[in-house]
Amino acid sequence: MTQKLVIIGAGMASGRVIETLVETDSDAYDITLFNAEPRGNYNRIMLSPVLCGEKTYEDIVTHDDDWYAQHGVTCRFGEHVVAIDPELKVVEGQNGHVPYDKLVIATGSAPFIIPVPGKDLPGVITYRDLDDTNAMIDAAGEGKRAVVIGGGLLGLEAAAGLAERGMDVTVVHLMGHLMERQLDEAAGYLLRRDLEKRGITIRTQASTKAIIGDGRAEAVLLEGDETLPADLVVMAVGIRPETRLATDAGLDVARGIEVNAQMQTSDPDVFAVGECVEFDGNLFGLVAPLYDQAKVLAHALLDQADAFVVKDVATKLKVTGCDLFSAGDFAEGEGREDIVLRDPSKGIYKRLVIEEDRLVGAVMYGDTADGNWFFQLIKDGTEIDEMRDTLIFGPAYQGGDTSDPLSAVAALPPEAEICGCNGICKGTITDAIANGATDLAAIKATTKASASCGTCTGLVEQVLQVTLGDAFELPTAQPICTCCDLTHEDVRRLIKSQELKSQDAVWQELGWKTRNGCHVCRPAVNFYLLADWPLEYQDDPQSRFVNERKHANIQKDGTFSVVPRMWGGITNPSELRAIADAADKYNVPTVKVTGGQRIDLLGVRGEDLPAIWADLNKAGLVSGHAYSKGLRTVKTCVGTDHCRFGTQDSTGLGIKLEQALWGSWTPHKVKLGVSGCPRNCAEATCKDIGIICVDSGYQVSVAGAAGMDVKETERLCDVTSEQEAIDVTIAFVQLYRENAKYLDRAYKWVAKVGLDWVQERIADLDERARLIQAFELSQSIYRKDPWAEHVQTKAAQYQPMANLTLEAAE
Amino acid sequence: MNWIDIGHIDDIPLRGARKIKTALGCVALFRTSETEVFAASDTCPHKGGPLSEGIIHGQSITCPLHNWVFDLNTGQANGEDGQIATYPVRIEGDRILIDGAKLVAQSAA
Ligand code: SRM
Ligand SMILES: Cc1cc2nc3c(=O)[nH]c(=O)nc-3n(C[C@H](O)[C@H](O)[C@H](O)COP(=O)(O)OP(=O)(O)OC[C@H]3O[C@@H](n4cnc5c(N)ncnc54)[C@H](O)[C@@H]3O)c2cc1C
Ligand code: SF4
Ligand code: FES
Repeated sequence: MTQKLVIIGAGMASGRVIETLVETDSDAYDITLFNAEPRGNYNRIMLSPVLCGEKTYEDIVTHDDDWYAQHGVTCRFGEHVVAIDPELKVVEGQNGHVPYDKLVIATGSAPFIIPVPGKDLPGVITYRDLDDTNAMIDAAGEGKRAVVIGGGLLGLEAAAGLAERGMDVTVVHLMGHLMERQLDEAAGYLLRRDLEKRGITIRTQASTKAIIGDGRAEAVLLEGDETLPADLVVMAVGIRPETRLATDAGLDVARGIEVNAQMQTSDPDVFAVGECVEFDGNLFGLVAPLYDQAKVLAHALLDQADAFVVKDVATKLKVTGCDLFSAGDFAEGEGREDIVLRDPSKGIYKRLVIEEDRLVGAVMYGDTADGNWFFQLIKDGTEIDEMRDTLIFGPAYQGGDTSDPLSAVAALPPEAEICGCNGICKGTITDAIANGATDLAAIKATTKASASCGTCTGLVEQVLQVTLGDAFELPTAQPICTCCDLTHEDVRRLIKSQELKSQDAVWQELGWKTRNGCHVCRPAVNFYLLADWPLEYQDDPQSRFVNERKHANIQKDGTFSVVPRMWGGITNPSELRAIADAADKYNVPTVKVTGGQRIDLLGVRGEDLPAIWADLNKAGLVSGHAYSKGLRTVKTCVGTDHCRFGTQDSTGLGIKLEQALWGSWTPHKVKLGVSGCPRNCAEATCKDIGIICVDSGYQVSVAGAAGMDVKETERLCDVTSEQEAIDVTIAFVQLYRENAKYLDRAYKWVAKVGLDWVQERIADLDERARLIQAFELSQSIYRKDPWAEHVQTKAAQYQPMANLTLEAAE
Repeated sequence: MNWIDIGHIDDIPLRGARKIKTALGCVALFRTSETEVFAASDTCPHKGGPLSEGIIHGQSITCPLHNWVFDLNTGQANGEDGQIATYPVRIEGDRILIDGAKLVAQSAA
């Protein structure tokens, strides 16, 4: 006997249920299909091609009127179901009741709307169905501005579609990288790069505070009070299972409508399928598992045995030119190992995650051809032990290592600058090679590349090797560490010429072999990025040694030392009192006068750091950076103020220099000395920069040392005014910041580039002015007290996160 | 297992660490990615360096005192004879849960 089947929702899941039912046994049920949308089942996935104009609605219809008629489905489209009565087994539609023997709820999801002021203004659109898509198409227009809130799959497809329609699009995303649930940071970086290439602006770590407008959306207001003007706002921050009918009917509902493996709800005659369900704690947002559910449900309705199992899903993004693939679980869990392959020349990134000899996750960008093969390995749980070493090269692997250490250089475009001193691009060098310059000396002679400071020599040699192949033998240069094939100098040069402004950009474009470097290369890269891009790049404390991350020197017993700054070695009774009080209050075991003319409080507990800093701050004392690769001390002597031999105000100049330079990060530490006369009581001639005051002015000398090596400074120049002495000092520090290898003290760097070269640069007044300006720009960010900042914003992180010993006592 | 909620995932900075006090001494929680956290002893077997103050890279931690590198999956030190205890942790939603079975002091053992 034919039973009555009512289905609520004519979406992708229920569409597949009906297909399977009518194919298997077309007489089993008399079907009534409700749909809130005024149409039947269409391929919702293809709304993005409709949005960007590649397809029309007609192209994506799955079941048209004829199809429903042919299969005897009674359609009630454009009609909401408002209630279910499971006792009477009746469904209440807006236009009347329908009784059922079996009921299927397939109501899909509703877009999640973030509860900010202005969310209901006209001009704010979600992205779920054809009406939303048409509303976006109507609102779009050449030159108009759209803000898309949400950088996940839906948001980015909307953004790409609107950009295609000529809109000026900004994506606002809460997290640190795009599609964070499907992609890791590296792939997220590449995706961002490709979207930016199409003119889409991406704002990560940006939180929406409100949507503002008079009668219609006009702008999005971000946390931090920046406003982004918008003619259209698309909210695509996520979806929520549409469970309201089920909840009202008293069915079991968690986050979704709870079903068993036969898609049966807590009422045996009521089934649910699609995005509205929750199975075994899982929710669903992609169609592949929904089709499995649909098949199982059709079988259940026909009393055939079948059971739904959750399988891994794979994600792709339907934006042309953004080729990405992710599958399985590539982040969480212990006992995992990564295999990473990067090919900067082709913009390719692949990462495989292996657990117990099985592939459990894969993320790919750029070349996703092998995606399905990997996906199959994940789903089948194939043992990959045998092919582990070559796995990442995919099924077509023929033998031989396909990753090329030179590929970062091979990938550089002809206009990439190789030699910064002389402004020589890769193309000029390859032209010279073509014209017969086949070794370094010939390149230097014909193009001047690497003929000045010489730090680009490694790169020039690599260009020779890439161009000439085996005809050129590459001298073995020392790479930074095993994470990459490039030297420090090469990395510095490429960060500048390729305008790499994030760690992820460096990892990808320079072919790093690990996920995010190691304790050797990451601090170096962090410094290079902040030195070259002070405004664009944000210093990363997690890429710093503990001393610099915590702004205190760690001691061998895990306690810390605290050294406040004493400008030029000058202090006063109230500062000394504050130091004495702090030493008492925090039980500081050792108080020592340092070799740098200030006081060290040794043995402070990590938990007490914010408190002791706050106390010292109150007395006007700030961090002495005794821990940093940055300015340490400026040692001075008493000079003209008191000394019978003093020629200039050495103490005053020392204080001015310390105030100009403090807080700046440098490749290694920087120490200065200023002596009032050639007797040199401030030991200026063994510092990184030493100034000796004389009757005629100031002798500025650089590149001294008194640690592991002892070396006298060399004269940089003589100047007549104090201002000039300050200018020359700052210019030298900035030149060192821009060019030196991380962890080279100034004397080591000067030995490499030559004092002549340094003198030339500083003597050139335009260059000197540029260096000073660049330094000042960087100092606009970094000339501030890190202690005060940590007291305000990071104090909690100095405390243990939890105390489980208390848990036991309770 | 005795899962104890010890905090929000964002209480630990990305690629950073925090420590918790336990009956067995300090245990460090290392956040290696947006959604991945490991737990292991905070004390370096070399000379007692506090591992939560080290640099995290990939799924490894480098001790801040003398640069021993430990694999957080196994606790094994790279090329050195030493290992740290690791503890089960999991993430549920935004919360970090640690298995307290071993960590909470038993009053009568
Ligand atoms: C406190 C102090 C010794 C003192 O009691 O006087 C000191 C203490 C340390 N020095 Fe020093 N140096 C101190 C003045 C010096 C001096 C003398 C000076 O600056 O006039 C030198 C020689 C001058 C020079 O730098 O060339 C000096 C050359 C070094 C070196 C070798 C540097 C080199 O390139 O050769 C290191 C190791 C390093 O930096 O890699 C070092 C490292 C250290 C460290 C940071 C070791 C460490 O990594 O933990 C010590 C930290 C102690 C702490 O916890 O506070 N310290 N150190 C001095 C602090 C000065 C200040 O007020 O900031
Ligand atoms: C723009 C876009 C792009 C996508 N891209 C992909 C992709 O690339 N890959 C992928 O796998 N997935 C993609 N998805 C997700 C995929 O479309 C969904 O997973 C799938 O459509 C869910 O099917 P469903 O049947 O559960 O719900 P739906 O297809 O949403 O159908 C539910 C239907 O129920 C109706 N309804 C709800 N409540 C009631 C009620 N009370 N009365 C009557 N009718 C009601 C709704 O109007 C709707 O028509 C995309 C989704 C969108 C919006
Ligand atoms: S000389 Fe050696 S032991 Fe003394 S403070 Fe400097 S680094 Fe430490
Ligand atoms: S204490 Fe950890 S490496 Fe020495």
